[in-house]
Amino acid sequence: MSAPLLRFSRARLAFGPLEVLRELDLEVRAGEFVALVGPSGCGKTTILNLASGWLAPTAGAIDRSAGVRMVFQQDGLFPWRTVGENVRLGLRHVADEAERARRESEFLALVDLSPFAGHYPHQLSGGMRQRAELARALAGDASLLLMDEPFSSLDYLARLRMRAELARLLEEQPRTVVLVTHDIEEAAQLADRVLVLSERPARIREEVRLQAPRPRAATDADVVRAVHHILTLLGLESDRETSAVARGGLEVR
Amino acid sequence: MEATHRSQAPPARRHARRGLWIGLVGPVVLVAAWAVLAAARLFPESLFPSPLAVARGLAIEATSGRLWDDAVASLFRVTTGFLLSVALGVPCGLLLGRSPWAREAFLPLVNFFRSLSPLAWIPFAILWLGIGDPPAIFLIFMAAFFPVVLSTAAAVASIPSVYFRVARDLGLAGGELLWQVTLPAIAPHVITTLRVTAGLSWLVVVAAEMIAGRDGLGFAVWDARNGLRIDLLAANMVVIGIIGVALDRVLVGLTRIPSVRWGYER
Repeated sequence: MSAPLLRFSRARLAFGPLEVLRELDLEVRAGEFVALVGPSGCGKTTILNLASGWLAPTAGAIDRSAGVRMVFQQDGLFPWRTVGENVRLGLRHVADEAERARRESEFLALVDLSPFAGHYPHQLSGGMRQRAELARALAGDASLLLMDEPFSSLDYLARLRMRAELARLLEEQPRTVVLVTHDIEEAAQLADRVLVLSERPARIREEVRLQAPRPRAATDADVVRAVHHILTLLGLESDRETSAVARGGLEVR
Repeated sequence: MEATHRSQAPPARRHARRGLWIGLVGPVVLVAAWAVLAAARLFPESLFPSPLAVARGLAIEATSGRLWDDAVASLFRVTTGFLLSVALGVPCGLLLGRSPWAREAFLPLVNFFRSLSPLAWIPFAILWLGIGDPPAIFLIFMAAFFPVVLSTAAAVASIPSVYFRVARDLGLAGGELLWQVTLPAIAPHVITTLRVTAGLSWLVVVAAEMIAGRDGLGFAVWDARNGLRIDLLAANMVVIGIIGVALDRVLVGLTRIPSVRWGYER
């Protein structure tokens, strides 16, 4: 088994009397896609902030053995740069100018935005902006992507498209991903492991594994079962019997 | 049908042409009302000159060369004072915007000086710097510097933190962070402030030249008043207004730079 790219060891975070995380243990291995779901305000984004190094834990340790890149909920593209220039910023580690230009074109083509290289972000739709942001993140040399509700500001149809798009992009440009989302269906369609968090202070209540290969449809049996199970865990699905049936075949830890 | 389509200018050009015509409506109405009032002789000609008298005054000032000399003198003072205030005000604003310590230490002082009318400095300006360019430049600086500092500081403080997080991920720091993130992020806001402070500077230079000048459009207004040449006074006022509008149009041009359009189109 590969060594973890990211490891939280009894990580604790408190802001004065407010305890956000309590002794969280978490490992993410190379190539994994891990989704974090949980009640609003439980500390999901805080976990990403700790993972990226933006916050430091009050106690415990967080080890990263890979370069990290965040993809944010709100627009992280620089609005004063064109889409092409934004993607090129992600290629700062490439010294050769011609190679940078080649890779910029390659990543823009990957997200189907080649005709929009000279457009500014405000001239694109929300979905196109998210695709550009993904291109910039993938263009970097970071092997760990931390995604904080990246599609939450999109409309439902655009969200569905972006899920499929992300699954396709990861096929072509494999990365290790930690995704924070409040969309249980999105987590079940994309992740290898869904970590269900408790109320604050967050701890992992349960880990749901999904074996089916991506892309997964929302109607796939595995996805439906996982969604029902997670909703029940979060107290949003009261039909225990349905949940018990749905749980059959799911690997739960 | 096809011929009709061919004969039409592109929509953008049509719109610009229509805008130009509509923009002339206000000045034409104003001059017409002015001409009617002057023709009605409600006030003596020596107190209320007609548009024709002012146009003649304008021609006299222009052909004598004085109008150009005065306009150049005023523009030099405004440009120097304004550029000085921007060159020093933007860095100070950056410091105040980024450093809570600097904000706490200096913001009350900036607000204090901002509340002082620049015209209150006129006696000091004359005592310290005499007559001519230096006092006018000093007064323009005092008028523009503090608004530029405050506005830049506010713009920096309101940059979304997500930009700094992305910059950190991308390895941008120090000078690169300043040139590639901070300055472009505040550019639209700063350009708007420049428009406001350029207008303010133009107001101040006229006032400063009235009292502490030997030339310039403000001095020309004062000189015309002393010589009871109300036509020349009004002619200089017209020129001051036209240059003020032209200055603003130049700065509006900055808002058309593609990399700052995002700040005006959200």
